[in-house]
Amino acid sequence: MEGLLALASGILYAAGIYLMLRRRLAQLIIGLGLLSNGTNLLIFTAGGLTRARPPVVPDGATALAQPYADPVPQALILTAIVIGFGLTAFSLVLAHRVHATVGTDDVDDVGRER
Amino acid sequence: MKLLVLPILVPLSTAAVLMLAPKRPVPQRWISLAGSGLLLASAILVFLRVNAAGIQVLQISGWPAPFGITLVADLLAGILVVAVGVVGTAISVVAFSGVDPRREAFGYHPLLQILLMGVAGAFLTGDFFNLYVWFEVMLVASFVLMALNRTRAQMEAAFKYVAINLLASSIFLTALGLLYGATGTLNMAALARVWPTISTPGVDTVLAVLFLIAFSIKAGLFPLFFWLPASYHTPPAPVGAAFAGLLTKVGVYALIRVFTLLFHGAPPALVTLLLVMSAATMVIGLVAALGERDFRRILSFNLVGHIGYTTASLSLLTPAALAGAIFYVLHHILVITNLYLVSGVLLRLRRTTEMAGLGGMYRNQPAFTALAMIPIFSLAGVPPLSGFLGKLAIVEGTFAAGAYVTGGIVLLVGLLTLMSMGHTWADSFWKPGAAPDIAAPGLPLLLAIGALNVLTVAMTIGAEPLFELTSRGAQQLLHSDEYVRAVLEAAH
Repeated sequence: MEGLLALASGILYAAGIYLMLRRRLAQLIIGLGLLSNGTNLLIFTAGGLTRARPPVVPDGATALAQPYADPVPQALILTAIVIGFGLTAFSLVLAHRVHATVGTDDVDDVGRER
Repeated sequence: MKLLVLPILVPLSTAAVLMLAPKRPVPQRWISLAGSGLLLASAILVFLRVNAAGIQVLQISGWPAPFGITLVADLLAGILVVAVGVVGTAISVVAFSGVDPRREAFGYHPLLQILLMGVAGAFLTGDFFNLYVWFEVMLVASFVLMALNRTRAQMEAAFKYVAINLLASSIFLTALGLLYGATGTLNMAALARVWPTISTPGVDTVLAVLFLIAFSIKAGLFPLFFWLPASYHTPPAPVGAAFAGLLTKVGVYALIRVFTLLFHGAPPALVTLLLVMSAATMVIGLVAALGERDFRRILSFNLVGHIGYTTASLSLLTPAALAGAIFYVLHHILVITNLYLVSGVLLRLRRTTEMAGLGGMYRNQPAFTALAMIPIFSLAGVPPLSGFLGKLAIVEGTFAAGAYVTGGIVLLVGLLTLMSMGHTWADSFWKPGAAPDIAAPGLPLLLAIGALNVLTVAMTIGAEPLFELTSRGAQQLLHSDEYVRAVLEAAH
């Protein structure tokens, strides 16, 4: 399972960076999105995968029984998803504005005076 | 110590009040000024406490480290938070000489407070994931501040700035994910203990390089600095001043933290890599500055080049060099902020910062010229001003550490800086006037420049006690046991 998730996150990184290197702003934003999803998957995988063992102390016990799923990576991912969502939304608005101001979404043309 | 949360809480509350307050200039400006003043006051309180009683720790909600989020202030963090307060107050004062009305109505003041909160949070946090969050807070505020206008140059600059910084954040987050996987904690102090025990070969090197790349982008080190000169000259002068004074310093601060806490036993190749990057940053930054003909672009390249000073002395990891680096960071925050404000006055006077449109200031605006002299010559490193003392400390530190080549490069770059600032001075202030002044310089702007000048001169006069302070700060950083024990064994 780790291998599969590592592969998936590697593909997301590769696709994200490929798209970020393209010239169109829309592709850049999609690339950023893929990159942040790849990162989330990486945190999830690196934090250790445990099946069906929620980190909840059962009734009558005073401590968790090993093994249990580590809740911290999930909390990190949750935070990262929220931040990534905000940043993607902002980038979309910015790209829209760039398009409205400059009339193109080609990165090379944005800087070129006409 | 509960006090530690104040430098974060004050700007947050100020921003909230500003968003609720009427969107007219007068209330917005006064509330912003009051908030920045309170931030400065609380930062000074934190600093005095750290100075008197050693490293201060606050475990948020009483969760003991390493399970909760920890706020820590050592001397370095204390000094830098005071600098945040100073810059914030100066920028709030500058707003009184006028801000673009659309910007002001849209939320210029609350965004500036959020930016200050992000920077203060980044300096005070003791947890890497929390550091990531503060980075994002700071970035989002800076993105919006940068993109509030719609000119072509600003749009281009804003997009470059956003894209490269988001990439840096992704790299940082990737490093955090792998770090958590390898160690099971993201608390800085806990990591300082666990780091040497990472057993999988190569993992520590990969993590160190990821951290180095992410923080070098933020700090603007060669070869990852190109986004900075491409964007910092486009926003209005006060925004540029806040960015230049604070944002890259957060990257430097993060580098200082990871190198002193985690990488002090790192493979020498990593330290050499930082040294080479710093040397290239210094030389390329200043050579590029010499080729520029626009006041603000010259400042951008000087900003890049001088970041190299601090990271070069960091890479030596000796007390003397690190003390010099802390002194230099402090000097650089004051002076570069001040110079961006000077560029704001130039913009008001001539509507341009191109050398071709400047000149004749010495005759037309003698008072402003006298005020501008101090930051320009301090950055240039003319004795006895603070820039000279900072460079002297760094050169002494490098020679004491036996790094003669680094010391030589620092001296060479000092000469280039002198040339760059000398040309700038002659071309923008001294040469015969090209055009008449359009507007008055604006009293609040001059007041802020004057206040920062007073602090620069105070740094010069009080250099000895200040060096004693930064030396203690450097000792604290290099003997990280004290930091680790303060965090992990704090009573909560």
